[in-house]
Amino acid sequence: MAERMGFFTDTSVCIGCKACEVACKEWNDVPDDGFLFRATSYDNTGGLGADTWRHVAFVEQFTRQGDSWLMASDVCKHCTHAACLDVCPTGALFRTEFDTVVVQPDVCNGCGYCVPACPYGVIDRRRDDGRAWKCTMCYDRLRGGLEPACAKACPTDSIQFGPLEELRARAGERLDTLHGAGVAEARLYGESPADGVGGDGAFFLLLDEPEVYGLPPDPVVTTRDLPRMWAFAGTAALSMAAAVALSFARRA
Amino acid sequence: MAECHPVGFQWVMEAKARGAEVFHIDPRYTRTSAMADAHLPIRAGSDIVLLGALIHHVLAGEHDFREYVLAYTNAATIVSEDFRDTEDLDGLFSGFDPATRTYDPASWAYEAGGDVSGAMSEGEHAAQARLHADSARSDQYGSGGATAHHRARTDPTLRHPRCVYQVLKRHFARYTPEMVEELCGIPRADFRRLAEAVVANSGRERTTAWVYSVGWTQHTVGVQYIRAASILQLLLGNVGRPGGGILALRGHASIQGSTDIPTLFSILPGYLPMPDARMHGDLDGYLAHAAGDTGFWGNKRAYMVSLLKAWWGDAATEDNDYCFGYLPSVTGDHGTYATVLGQIDGTVKGYFVVGENPAIGSAGGKAQRLGLAGLEWLVVRDMTLVETATFWKDGPELETGEMRTEDIATEVFFLPAASHVEKEGTFTQTQRLLQWREKALDPTGDRRSDLWFYHHLGKRIRRRLSEDDVDRPLRDLTWDYPESGPHDDPSAEAVLREINGTGPDGRALSGYTELRPDGSTTCGCWIYCGVYADEVNQAARRRPGGEQSPVALEWGWAWPANRRILYNRASADPEGRPWSERKAYIRWDRDQREWTGPDVPDFERDKPPDYRPPEGATAQAAIGGADPFIMQSDGKGWLYVPAGLADGPLPAHYEPHESPVANSLYGTRANPARREYRRPETPYNSARFPYVITTYRLTEHHTAGGMSRTLPYLAELQPEMFCEVSPELAAEVGLVNGGWATIVTSRSAIEARVLVSPRIRPLRVQGRTIHQVGVPYHWGWAGGGVVTGDAANDLMPIVLDPNVYIQESKAATCDLLPGRRPHGRALLDLIEEYRRG
Amino acid sequence: MGLGGWIARWPVYRQLTGADGRGAAARSARTDALRPRTAEADHVARSVCPFCAVGCGQLVYVKDGRVTQIEGDPDSPISRGRLCPKGSASKQLVTRPDRPSTVLYRRPHGTEWESLDLDTAMDMIADRVVATRRETWQQTFDGMVVRRTLGIASLGGATLDNEENYLMKKLYTAMGAVQIENQARI
Repeated sequence: MAERMGFFTDTSVCIGCKACEVACKEWNDVPDDGFLFRATSYDNTGGLGADTWRHVAFVEQFTRQGDSWLMASDVCKHCTHAACLDVCPTGALFRTEFDTVVVQPDVCNGCGYCVPACPYGVIDRRRDDGRAWKCTMCYDRLRGGLEPACAKACPTDSIQFGPLEELRARAGERLDTLHGAGVAEARLYGESPADGVGGDGAFFLLLDEPEVYGLPPDPVVTTRDLPRMWAFAGTAALSMAAAVALSFARRA
Repeated sequence: MAECHPVGFQWVMEAKARGAEVFHIDPRYTRTSAMADAHLPIRAGSDIVLLGALIHHVLAGEHDFREYVLAYTNAATIVSEDFRDTEDLDGLFSGFDPATRTYDPASWAYEAGGDVSGAMSEGEHAAQARLHADSARSDQYGSGGATAHHRARTDPTLRHPRCVYQVLKRHFARYTPEMVEELCGIPRADFRRLAEAVVANSGRERTTAWVYSVGWTQHTVGVQYIRAASILQLLLGNVGRPGGGILALRGHASIQGSTDIPTLFSILPGYLPMPDARMHGDLDGYLAHAAGDTGFWGNKRAYMVSLLKAWWGDAATEDNDYCFGYLPSVTGDHGTYATVLGQIDGTVKGYFVVGENPAIGSAGGKAQRLGLAGLEWLVVRDMTLVETATFWKDGPELETGEMRTEDIATEVFFLPAASHVEKEGTFTQTQRLLQWREKALDPTGDRRSDLWFYHHLGKRIRRRLSEDDVDRPLRDLTWDYPESGPHDDPSAEAVLREINGTGPDGRALSGYTELRPDGSTTCGCWIYCGVYADEVNQAARRRPGGEQSPVALEWGWAWPANRRILYNRASADPEGRPWSERKAYIRWDRDQREWTGPDVPDFERDKPPDYRPPEGATAQAAIGGADPFIMQSDGKGWLYVPAGLADGPLPAHYEPHESPVANSLYGTRANPARREYRRPETPYNSARFPYVITTYRLTEHHTAGGMSRTLPYLAELQPEMFCEVSPELAAEVGLVNGGWATIVTSRSAIEARVLVSPRIRPLRVQGRTIHQVGVPYHWGWAGGGVVTGDAANDLMPIVLDPNVYIQESKAATCDLLPGRRPHGRALLDLIEEYRRG
Repeated sequence: MGLGGWIARWPVYRQLTGADGRGAAARSARTDALRPRTAEADHVARSVCPFCAVGCGQLVYVKDGRVTQIEGDPDSPISRGRLCPKGSASKQLVTRPDRPSTVLYRRPHGTEWESLDLDTAMDMIADRVVATRRETWQQTFDGMVVRRTLGIASLGGATLDNEENYLMKKLYTAMGAVQIENQARI
């Protein structure tokens, strides 16, 4: 197993250019997601989905306290405890040597179990082929020693890629810098291994509550109770497997 | 900058991380504002008030960098006693002729202390100035200023009432924070914060940079916007030093290159003026007027003769004036808007449109299309079927009944173009850096490069020539570029080498100082001389950034002479010592007796700081060792411009041609010298239009959309034409977010989706509320676009800056109506109703 | 696939034994073969982004005569390998399937495009240039020698290469056309 790799998306330097959205699509050959004017600030993408693996949120906050326009590039979190993977019955979703979570399109049968399992609402089925799609953290690029397309393109280094531990350390320093500069609202999201998903492989520095960006405030792996359930299911499954194996053996 | 130059903006973010304070001045709160320390919403068209108030702040508080100002600018120079300022003449400078609406700049000259500015009589001066103004001759100052005498009288104490410093003080005295509040809509406290930051970050130890784009140029006073910034930066010592400057962020890959090697009517390569039949005559006459005799422009004969030799080779000899007479002459305004009116009038018969889409991208869309319909033939070369190519088939005038396809006689050729990866060649980017692109693969089908097109068109034209005199310039033209590849592509490197020029031995020259006036050298563009030095394509150099200093002299090649910061001699004090170690850049090395530093010195390498020009010296020999501005005839930075501009020696605030606001500063409302075209096809707004409209670009799109609306990955990010309005304006007009608005001017009415946002803030101007409407201009009705929409430029007037003939796209007036626009005849009726007032 | 393999790939077995699917058995053959397609390029051209004038470096990967990827050139001291959304969409600019590839011709008063081969189009354009130039030639204007035509004009975009602008200005000037303009005026 190689080192765990991840994304640290520092939204305090995101300029909302959407290079990440385009670079992702160009590399991964993701189709366009329709041409809908949403009248939601400069966001005409809406959210992550089968055809959008990076999504930049735009939040206009114009108050007496001051003006700000928050921008943040969202992505699959590559959870430590990934419910999508847990529920995938075909083995299409797997954990890579970089500790990222990837769907194998040649294995996915489009059952869609993973879709409701994701606590972030990231993974999604494509309308035309029915299969599940999401960010692979450019698994093919990683295998060639390249960084993911979004991180490479990002003009201001808002999206940083690297060994997760390094990113966590860097994020901590950045947070201290911002706090020192009086940006009290800066916070990390998804960085803590103690959170409901065991920490995200893709975590964020936010400048407001997660809900403001459309992120769940306290995500919990939807299969948290699975180990206990597996104890039952596993026993049943193994007996079944044994039975199946026996029947095969008889035929052989 | 974050909006339109995101990757360049990484350096602003780097600077910010190191403590730089970033101010963003823009009518709208944009993605740049979101990253800035402060956003100052400004009324479009009022920037000279703001800049003037900063100048006033610097002068009133004596915050100027006095040693720099005294040594390097014309602050001490004494101006003619004939000069009258806008303060004296209620918004006019002396010399204005209301009949022709042009200035005679004779009275703007420096005081005639025995030496007159220029050698002309006053009558000559006036006539020249008119010719200057009516043919956009200011374009020639792209690489150096106009001519003024290099040894005018000065008062180093700066107390003389007519010295430039005192003239400036009086001129800007009423540009106060209160005036900023009244005209720009920027509260005094916000102005103070800006002014204090600019002053605190200038001087020996620190520098301030100004960055602008077409938000400053697309005005009827656009050149004077930049002039105002120049004055401020010179006063603060922020020119020619690292971290300083006035930086034009150009919006197209090689728009800098397109003026250096101009496809512009008023200039030849290297900012040599096009001959004007009314003033030039032969080569000697041309050179007498083309530029000054002192400073590096003093070598203009070498530049011009070398150009003529590059074009006409052996046919160009001393006896025939090096074929100078082959050059056609201009006699006035032959600019793109005048050309379009000529198309409507039937004088222009044939039109090449090459990677451009004027039906959408130029102001006055209807006039553009009427022009296209008036042509005999039209050639459009593009990567997509732009609206300019299809106007006869699907243009909006068909729906209104103003045109019928069957009636349009224009013969149209559409030729598909090669992309940037299917050809090799250089772009000149925004910091004058030439970068060579390798060809990745050959284009397929009928797609060809524009180099291929012009090379082969030229060959075909030359096969069709007669023996008579009219065809001689084409017959004698050097046109023998080597061809290769499946399409017989001409060699771009051979062309670049011709641009670079060759010496008597036929070898590539190393720099423009090697050019000779005797016909022994050739050079297609003197400022690019050196790009092929040592027979090496210097623009193709790609030593990785990480392997060299931040100046990165071995990445590409910058004109002139690979210098990265222009006028960098000013980074050292008059004695040649850095102003401070913190801001050290170029310095005089006493031991080696040469200028040295991380950049190529923008100065003669061995000219000592104490060099004083002898009497009667010309060209660079006339520039002293402490005069950094070597392209100027006097080596000085000009706070005050005694010659060369069409609308005054100093910037004065004028309202946009169309404005809902009166000019609080002068009785003269708009720029008196602005260029108007009073035509029924493109009328001007009456006072009936209450709102300010400004056009702009989005990160997700490019210009008129030919390279972005066609791409699903970009089109989906900003799929529809929209307008941005404040919640207050939306309430006033009855617009709802996500709904539709109709935007009306006397030119046309267009519809747009509504984006209501507090990012657009109503401004308090002259005690009342002024609303601004923002419209991106990327959409058109077709263009091969995945997404389509109405074109913002259909709304905009054709009224130009008098110096460079750029249109005022950044500030006009409009009205707003809720809902979608009418179609067909009803659209014309609506506009007609507005025109009647 | 033998029985062992089949069982090994069964997700329940995988989940139980492979601890969160980390086991190699979860991987398909396609997954095992994944590599960045840039690694397979026949060659890489060092180029420059064609959109704005920042001048970001681009690497253009070509495989079997097709552009397979365009991304930032990390060597560029200007852009350090980064690209904006437009620069990142460059591959689509070049490879989009509906990009025109043939000459189109509309005859005067015509209602539809017609096809025309490139060679014929070039000859026709040259004929028109020569004829219009002759018809509209001005040797003098107001008594002054001008040697020009006001009958032919040009407007170029600012994505033209320097070499292209140079040939344009040179040819137009030699033919006497002066209304030669560019986006740089706009």
